[in-house]
Amino acid sequence: MPTLYERMFFIRRFEESLLDLFAQGKLVGTTHTYIGQEANAVGIIDHLEPERDVIFSNHRCHGHYLAFTDDDFGLLCEVMGKAPGVCGGKGGSQHLCKGNFYSNGVLGSIVPVATGIALAEKQKGTGAVSTVFLGDGTLGEGVTYESLNIASLWKLPVFFVVENNHYAQSTPIELELAGSITARAEAFGVETGELATTDVEEIHDTAGRALARIRETGEPYFLVLDTYRYSPHSKGDDNRDPAEIEKRRERDPLTVAGARLGEEERRDIEEGCERRLSETIAAAEDAPAATPEAA
Amino acid sequence: MNGQHKRCVQVLNEALHEVFAERADVYLLGEDILDPYGGAFKVSQGLSDAYPGRVLTTPISEASLFGVAAGMALRGQRPILEIMFGDFIALGLDQIVNGIAKFREMYDDQVTVPLVVRTPMGGRRGYGPTHSQSLEKLLLGVPNIVVVAASECHDLRELVVAVVEDERPVFLIENKLMYGRPNRRPEHGHIGELAVRESGALYPALTFSGTDFSEGTATIVTYGGMVPVVLDAVTELILEHEIFCEVVALSQLLPIELEPVLESVARTGALVTAEEGTLTGGFGAEIAARVQEAAWSDLRGPVQRVAARDGIIPSARALEDAMLPSAHDVVEAIVALEAVRS
Repeated sequence: MPTLYERMFFIRRFEESLLDLFAQGKLVGTTHTYIGQEANAVGIIDHLEPERDVIFSNHRCHGHYLAFTDDDFGLLCEVMGKAPGVCGGKGGSQHLCKGNFYSNGVLGSIVPVATGIALAEKQKGTGAVSTVFLGDGTLGEGVTYESLNIASLWKLPVFFVVENNHYAQSTPIELELAGSITARAEAFGVETGELATTDVEEIHDTAGRALARIRETGEPYFLVLDTYRYSPHSKGDDNRDPAEIEKRRERDPLTVAGARLGEEERRDIEEGCERRLSETIAAAEDAPAATPEAA
Repeated sequence: MNGQHKRCVQVLNEALHEVFAERADVYLLGEDILDPYGGAFKVSQGLSDAYPGRVLTTPISEASLFGVAAGMALRGQRPILEIMFGDFIALGLDQIVNGIAKFREMYDDQVTVPLVVRTPMGGRRGYGPTHSQSLEKLLLGVPNIVVVAASECHDLRELVVAVVEDERPVFLIENKLMYGRPNRRPEHGHIGELAVRESGALYPALTFSGTDFSEGTATIVTYGGMVPVVLDAVTELILEHEIFCEVVALSQLLPIELEPVLESVARTGALVTAEEGTLTGGFGAEIAARVQEAAWSDLRGPVQRVAARDGIIPSARALEDAMLPSAHDVVEAIVALEAVRS
């Protein structure tokens, strides 16, 4: 079993590699990197069962995808427009599907679908939890609140995870969000939790308790994680104060988790990740491009 | 007329009971659908009493309900979503365009989204600008969905069974006036005085002729609530003008089904489209473009379109009548076509 640190480090390096590949002109389209938010995906998804539980993620989905499926080759090929991509190159970075993992690119749009998934799984009696990843920006979308109402009313096992990275693309939270985030869910009678940390162990503990509550009650839970992305919203679109980013980097989740490891252990993990990533990139570069099917 | 025919609302209701009995994975979601109310137009009556766990009355949240149904369909269920008024599909367009229509293809055929949206369109009841529209034309530009229009002459039971069995997302467009009218099915190949042929397609087209398909001046292609209006026009054309037209009443609007139209145009050499939605960017525009591409040499004159005026549907009766296409408008279009040609 890879450690939480190993998974976080691999996601970090995967995302950094995507930016490198863009810079080299080997990628087209877009990406929304997860750099800085890795502890959220890894801490939460470690509790999920990929054969049973379901995730619906958003435009910033690579971290969630890798933590849930461990399918770096399928993801990289997909982003590179290669035939072995997990969606054959049709979806690209934001539109992934593999097993019980889905993502889509319109903010808020995914929340009702995740709610419907929870309804179906409840009716089928599978015991699955439907986890949906939101951000502070998504809280501006009205269907989020319709879905909170429905999930609470119908007692559906939806795990709403709000990764509040304080920016809706380039717009700071002060300009896009009024009032309390947790009070939004509480108003619908949904149990909430809140955590401001980059420590994956703390997130892991809190997520474990939240998921235990969902599995015990069958009802929704709304977890707000205070987080931050160090990289631009997409590739080069960043107007934030560099000093603000540097300040946040002092609490880099990799530094926090890495400090618990011995120097040699940490280096072994990182070298292992680098080797795997190099092999994946080489294999993806060699893979055939996606082409239109013969008519 | 035809007292032996059941009313359309009853046929639809019985068909829903049938699919609920046949398949345990069928669910109904919608507003105010619980008994004794049974939905605003009573199509869903009796279902919640018979299948209490599978009929979910919902909050007034159409924008989300399309997504909820999509999530159920992704996970192997067969949700039927009743949207009380067709006008309200506008609230669901993000889910329809960016989710329901895309999931299967963008996920590389790893999933299907076998959901059904049932909704009534159409005016002539004085409900005014936001409860009277025929908005199915908004759906006709969305790839990867199926749009089926029910009419009082189609086998409504077959349509309901087919849409539920379909692996694709299907929008079943019903019509408010249709509900209360008899479901007039062909008898001995005729509905009233007109001979009828039914295509063998999953969602069949009906072709009507006053001359047993031997001759005809023009083809009128239509669907849904315009079918009885057009049939009235055809009768008037025969009696008042001695002009014989064929009528093609489609049930499958998307993907566009051209074959029955082309077959009829090959016999008649002229085409009029008739729809209750507004004119611009509508059903008739698409049909006209395709028919002139495919059958230019069959056409003896320009395709004429009959539709609602490009504006709102007012509430007051006389104003509403002036807005919506009438049998008289259809007659005028045919007569104008004759004038152009002679």
